Amino acid sequence: MVINTDQLSFHFGDQQVVKSLSLQVPEGCIYGFLGPNGAGKTTTIKLLLNLLHADNGTIKIFDQDITTHRIEVLSQIGSLIEQPAIYSHLSGRENLCNRALLLQVPVARVDEMLELVRLKSAANKKAGQYSLGMKQRLGIALALLSDPKLIILDEPTNGLDPNGIIEIRQLLIKLVQDHGKTVFISSHLLAEIERMATYVGIINHGEMLFQGTIEELQGLSKPLVHIELTDSADAANLLGRSGFIVSDVREGNIFIPYTSKEDTGKINTLLNQNGHVVYAIGKVQKDLENLFLSITQNS
Amino acid sequence: MKGFILSLRSEFYKSRKTLGFWCSIILPLVICLLVFVGYLTHSDKMGKMSGMLLWMSYASIILGVMGSLLLPIYVIIIGYSVNSIEHKADTWKTLFSLPISKWSVYAAKFVYALFLVFMCLLLFYVFTIASGNLLGVLKPELKFSEFHMESFLGQVYLKLFLASLGILSLQFLLSLLWSDFLKPMGIGFLGTIAGMILVGVKWEYNYWIPYAHPLLAINGLFKQPKVPTPGPPVLHVDLFTNEIYVSLGVAAVFFVLGFFIVQKKSVK
Repeated sequence: MVINTDQLSFHFGDQQVVKSLSLQVPEGCIYGFLGPNGAGKTTTIKLLLNLLHADNGTIKIFDQDITTHRIEVLSQIGSLIEQPAIYSHLSGRENLCNRALLLQVPVARVDEMLELVRLKSAANKKAGQYSLGMKQRLGIALALLSDPKLIILDEPTNGLDPNGIIEIRQLLIKLVQDHGKTVFISSHLLAEIERMATYVGIINHGEMLFQGTIEELQGLSKPLVHIELTDSADAANLLGRSGFIVSDVREGNIFIPYTSKEDTGKINTLLNQNGHVVYAIGKVQKDLENLFLSITQNS
Repeated sequence: MKGFILSLRSEFYKSRKTLGFWCSIILPLVICLLVFVGYLTHSDKMGKMSGMLLWMSYASIILGVMGSLLLPIYVIIIGYSVNSIEHKADTWKTLFSLPISKWSVYAAKFVYALFLVFMCLLLFYVFTIASGNLLGVLKPELKFSEFHMESFLGQVYLKLFLASLGILSLQFLLSLLWSDFLKPMGIGFLGTIAGMILVGVKWEYNYWIPYAHPLLAINGLFKQPKVPTPGPPVLHVDLFTNEIYVSLGVAAVFFVLGFFIVQKKSVK
């Protein structure tokens, strides 16, 4: 495990922000840390980086305790927390050069990073004049500068345009697949995480609600039969009278829990015999977005 | 130690383009230049002065402007400037998530502020001596070449530097804790004015107030002894006086206190 926390707890004043959180992040994965705003994601990340001190529990990163091996652990992590921390009176290049100086990284690496996040042409412009997306890209460059083994990114795609999001996603996938890095990325958008993460942790009110592979998460969702027709209300009544449980009716669409192929055939026959024209019928997975909502709302 | 040196270099790299840094160069340059121009254009009145008196009046104008009001204000600005660079960019969290000890980050910042104050006073010293000698060359009727006060003036500025350490450490801590400008500036301003008043009314314990130290350090420098000593007057600086001991003590206490605060403080 790259990150392993045990019963991690933290409070601000009388508000419990993180409750007995046990994170397990295996090596070489992209771990999507999901939760609505205010769920405790940033606080957890700050605990992982020793910026906040946990009330309870332990944090081990690369099998070393963060409190006793702070410098060894931090030297293997590159991070971006909340909005990127950038000196606005310095240019993008100078921001990177300053960090390179502190981390004793050769200056050649600065140019590599500028190239990587496509800031080469704006490298000598003051960072204060950068757009939000450019700042975010500079923040990512700063996190990757020291070529760390573990990359912790807190909502890194905030403010990026769709192209920028795709680029960052591809970059992270490449870092994991080709260079064996581990990426821990937080987000409140499941759709974004779903496309790259191999592991997912879902947190709300400081509690871990789900942790596992993305397949395990998908496995949680029960398949449905989706029927498309004209008079959905009437058809839903008919199906209800015939003993089927209708889980959702939306204009022209009916959803019924999937049981078997035979039952799906029966539904189709029943509807046809009663004069309903079925445009489409088939098995669908409940999408992860809804699953995410139901997990976080049920907590 | 390595982390400390790296942090110190980074402080310089970051601040090169800030007002705080340039203030340390421009302030002595402008003040010395103004006094220099004043002497250059009004040299006719000063031809009669002896070399020693001339140097003393020249240096004391600069010292008077600096020591009484400008030095405390400048130190307040420096204390603010080195910390605000991180407050403004929201970079405390990144500084403290680098593989560098908190001690190094903190100490480098403090030492850098110390360095800026030292550099500023050193420039005051250099510019005073250089411009005085230049005046002597440009206006030979001014007898600047008759007398030398390099060593005396050097000790005076050294004393001023030591006297400013108390204010610096106090203001450094205030600016570290508060991100806004008004709080440390307001407290510093009040302190400076209180210091001036307490020195003015000759309160006997005024040397306990850090903000009074620069003024106390300068006061009495140019006072002639009550019983005139025979022979030419000797310029002498009593470097370690009460206010200097207090200043050094305050600096040490607040420096250590600041470190404990940084060590315990959560970065929100």
